[in-house]
Amino acid sequence: MKKYDAIVIGAGHNGLTNAAYLAKAGLDVVVLEKNPYIGGATVSRELHEGWMYSNCSYVCSLLRPEISRDLNLPKFGLQVIPYVGGVTFKRDGDYFGNYDDHERQYREIARHSKRDANAYERYTADVTKQTRFIRPFLLRTPPDPTSFKPRDIQELLFLAKSFYNLGEKVLGDTLRFWTMSIGDFLDEYFETDVIKCHLAGSGIIGTALGVYSPGTAYVLLHHYMGEVDGSVGAWGFARGGMGSVSKALAGAFQSFGGEIRADAEVDRILATAGRTSGVVLANGDEIYADIVVSNLDPKRTFLDIMAEEDLPASVVKQAKNFKIRGSSGKLNIALDGLPTFNSLPPKSPLMTGDMHFIDSLERMERAYDDWKNGTWSQDPYVDMLIPTQVDPTMAPVGKHMMSVFVQYAPPKLATGKWTDKDRDAFGKTVIDQIGSYSPNFKDLILHAEVRTPQDIEDEVGLTEGNIFQGELTFDQLLFNRPFPGYAQYRGPVKGMYICGSGTHPGGGVMSAPGANAAREILMDLNHPTTVPEAYPDD
Amino acid sequence: MTDLEIPPLLLQTPFHSRVSAACEMNLWEDWKGYTTPVAYSNVELEYFAMRNSASIFDITPMTKYRITGADGHAYLDRLVTRNLKNLDVGRVMYTAWCNDEGKVIDDGTIFHVNDDTFILCAQERHLDWMEWSALGFDVKIEDVTEEIAALSFQGPTSCAILKIMGLTGVENLKSFDLQHYPFGQTQLMVSRTGFTADLGYELWIEPDHAEALWDALMAAGRDYNVKPVGAEALQIARVEAGFIQAGVDFVPAEQEVRVERSRSPYELGLGWLVHLKKPNFNGQQALKEEKLKGSRFRFTRLDVQGNKPAENSFIFNRQNKVVGVVTSAAWVPTAKRNVAFASLEMPWGKPGNELWAEIYYLRELKWARVLEKCTVIEEPIFDPERRHATPALDY
Repeated sequence: MKKYDAIVIGAGHNGLTNAAYLAKAGLDVVVLEKNPYIGGATVSRELHEGWMYSNCSYVCSLLRPEISRDLNLPKFGLQVIPYVGGVTFKRDGDYFGNYDDHERQYREIARHSKRDANAYERYTADVTKQTRFIRPFLLRTPPDPTSFKPRDIQELLFLAKSFYNLGEKVLGDTLRFWTMSIGDFLDEYFETDVIKCHLAGSGIIGTALGVYSPGTAYVLLHHYMGEVDGSVGAWGFARGGMGSVSKALAGAFQSFGGEIRADAEVDRILATAGRTSGVVLANGDEIYADIVVSNLDPKRTFLDIMAEEDLPASVVKQAKNFKIRGSSGKLNIALDGLPTFNSLPPKSPLMTGDMHFIDSLERMERAYDDWKNGTWSQDPYVDMLIPTQVDPTMAPVGKHMMSVFVQYAPPKLATGKWTDKDRDAFGKTVIDQIGSYSPNFKDLILHAEVRTPQDIEDEVGLTEGNIFQGELTFDQLLFNRPFPGYAQYRGPVKGMYICGSGTHPGGGVMSAPGANAAREILMDLNHPTTVPEAYPDD
Repeated sequence: MTDLEIPPLLLQTPFHSRVSAACEMNLWEDWKGYTTPVAYSNVELEYFAMRNSASIFDITPMTKYRITGADGHAYLDRLVTRNLKNLDVGRVMYTAWCNDEGKVIDDGTIFHVNDDTFILCAQERHLDWMEWSALGFDVKIEDVTEEIAALSFQGPTSCAILKIMGLTGVENLKSFDLQHYPFGQTQLMVSRTGFTADLGYELWIEPDHAEALWDALMAAGRDYNVKPVGAEALQIARVEAGFIQAGVDFVPAEQEVRVERSRSPYELGLGWLVHLKKPNFNGQQALKEEKLKGSRFRFTRLDVQGNKPAENSFIFNRQNKVVGVVTSAAWVPTAKRNVAFASLEMPWGKPGNELWAEIYYLRELKWARVLEKCTVIEEPIFDPERRHATPALDY
């Protein structure tokens, strides 16, 4: 029977990235995907005829530009188009808009508070300092702080040097920033609730924490550290939907001779005498390789497709304790036309960006309270975009596709598992909220896909439907991601690796975990690396 | 509530109808969110209007704050580095202000308009910092940028033209004096201030009367070759004058992202604006420490050999080591010098230091590189007697 050099479990963007770099090094690699389609949570799916949905991840910024270029993703169809705008609607009929032009943005903030408009410059400078600190670590393997290996010491020195270079004051700010809440952070700059609220969204997206929970300031940074063509912090639409990302990665992988098998769910990773020899599929087939890489989240990897008896007890314990709480759902909606919004001028440039309908941190915190109480937010925070204003390929001409990320939604309800009735009610809550700000919205709906965290888990395989494969809190970052001792992508069994967003530097369609894991695997094989180094920030 | 219109990308100043009519080159830029002319017709002639006759430059986009309240004077004294004790009503002072680390946030002018009213005028915006600094003071700070239209009216014949316009006694204004004159149904505030180191005035008026003011100046100056001038011409004049500009010659401290990019007043040649003996002001502790320990940088004005502006040049010492960079540079036509402002690492930039500017220039798609010797400028290179002479003459 054929033996591969490496098996990658899961055709998410990190699995494909990992596989591409291994194949680029000349390895014979197969990617196994449980679904009939590839992409994991980076997909475009036609669920209503003529409409393409980015039905999980929906915008692109964090995808490492070094990888896009190195794997020549444009050749395989990837084009990321920056978008601008964004608006938070207020209950009183007003709104706060986010203009791309510096001065128009200044005047928009000043319309609410001149002081805040000025403070925004200090805020931008301070957040930029933090993004500049973190960005060089994205394409590096975190050091093991307990190790005395030369490479770990070297990487620790790099970390220490980066800290030192921040200067005394910024170093203090950094430690505060990584541990404080986004609410407290924004309170230090702004007096206007709607402005704080508009900015705070990035601190809670995908996270089962409230705006006043410690650790959420870092989550904001996570959304600011990407770029579109060198414009740091910018976000874009992948033309054709997020599936274009995985399609391009698959194209690159296949161009290196890689093989993808869909409908090939892995039941178990084979491990004997502390080393892996391949996997068993759900249909009983065995596939062999000395290297097995899991793109699944840490819980699924260590608790579902590995046998507990094959693992050190401490790993089982850490995997069980790993925080991967579902906090969000999603609506994908086919629209018969472009909705209008109360108070917003028609064709406002704000509409091409992210739209929200919650105007105070208090309301955001209450939305989180609902989650804690085991129900979806009755007054939810949504991150809503209409990419078809920019991308002509996702809906028929004049029609639109709307992506509505919804927070909070618990993985399990207080009443038990999500039922169809619950899903409908959840969808109705969101549609009603949007409808109360847009007079024609409800009439334009042709089709809506409503996804609860349970649906996302069942279909995509993200435990609890957590979009980051594990929360981005300080206890689960850098050399503690997913947990201490396993942050360098090597599993507890020889030949077994992890490469998903549950590893450093985390989720958000970065491809960095997959690339970093490939670098470690190739190092273990004494093979020259194929993974590019990060561009320096100067 | 909002008015269902997409807000314009750029605003127009209250002088826009006149500016756009005069702007033959139709060459514009974004200055603090306003459409402003880069040049009107001919940069050289515009520059010479400033130095030879009279020039109009629209400074409405400058940030203006009105400070009122019983503690206004004490508050401003605490905000800025300079001692404002002598800033009487009817006087203006140039100063800088710092953050608590003693790094310059901006420089600008403070106008003591009447008993309890001051106007602070600057390039950048500072409301947040000013409000934080105002805690404990009985003051009110308002951004009045849009409430005050302003023109800089500079040049040797500026006083003569203002007299023709009917501003009786304007010639008796000393440098940094301010005075109010009736103008139509409103008041025109005139200060003998400017950004050109020449005889000149700045004129402040309600926006509704802006066009009338422009027209009055043009009419009165008809026989005096008065010209509106754009940013490029002003740039040459201010380098000749030796004036630094926020965002060009220094990074405003609140916008600093990278370490060591902002500068203290000492590091910008503004040490003369720092009065460490004042009871308390923003940045005082840090500046006292710097005074003891020494600064990291020195801001130097250089006279560069040859006639090629040393724009963005590295400055080398005799050992061929980079010791700094040029922040602004221009050939200045009246003083006939090739001036470069440079931020240099200590201890470089003292008079007598041998320094070299690395200049790149393009001629018909061919780049050339020259190293030109630089001399530290010790005295102002443009400081005509008429700048301070009072009463101002007609020239």
